[in-house]
Amino acid sequence: MHFEFQIEGGNFTRAGYASSEIKKMLKQLNVDLGIVKRTVVATYEAEVNVVAHAYSGTIYVDFDEEKVVIRLVDEGPGIPDIDQAMKEGYTTASSTVREMGFGAGMGLPNMKKNADDLQISSEVDKGTTVQITMYFQGRK
Amino acid sequence: MTVAQIAQILNARIICGEDRQDHHLEVACASDLMSDVLTLKEDNVLLVTGLANLQTLRTAEMSDIHCVVFARNKTVSPEMIELARENDIIVLECPYSVFRTAGILYQAGIKPIY
Repeated sequence: MHFEFQIEGGNFTRAGYASSEIKKMLKQLNVDLGIVKRTVVATYEAEVNVVAHAYSGTIYVDFDEEKVVIRLVDEGPGIPDIDQAMKEGYTTASSTVREMGFGAGMGLPNMKKNADDLQISSEVDKGTTVQITMYFQGRK
Repeated sequence: MTVAQIAQILNARIICGEDRQDHHLEVACASDLMSDVLTLKEDNVLLVTGLANLQTLRTAEMSDIHCVVFARNKTVSPEMIELARENDIIVLECPYSVFRTAGILYQAGIKPIY
């Protein structure tokens, strides 16, 4: 099964819509609720990051029998140093993002903690791709 | 403790989820930082916050939080109520500060997460 969602940069009203839809799908598939929570927390953090930092983005969701792969591809400023961005407390978020309750430099580390597999690639001034893989039978 | 009891001791108004006043809660956290809330592994946590926007309710949805108390006299917008209803989240508006709200809940036996 394949699904796609569009994300609009800067639109905090809609941030979380895609993660919410993904949560409904996982629940319909009777995925273990602990895995559902880890999946949607990681996806929501990633979705908020696209809204907070990028101009636009697309989420590609692919389910098969054993896993779901969620790929968030954005057009935006990119991440110059991914290792630095993975450090807890490091942030480049604007005051608007902070007013929304985010931007404390916790998103990427929390995605790493929740995802079974997390891949990040980025090109400065082009954009960032985040891929979250979750296995329905637990972490591999 | 039930939602009805919590509303009573906090002098709070139940804005959404009036039909689930018997919902039971044992643990709570207080935070205005949603990133912090998203790191919690526990389910059915009562969230006390002064951050009143849609992302507070999205965070509750993703974290399986079924009850949010908006402290500091914050008002919940119609869009927030709609999102809370969609996700079966009970919403309370409380006139007290976050500190006072947390203190009352702690004194009444609601446990902290850590």
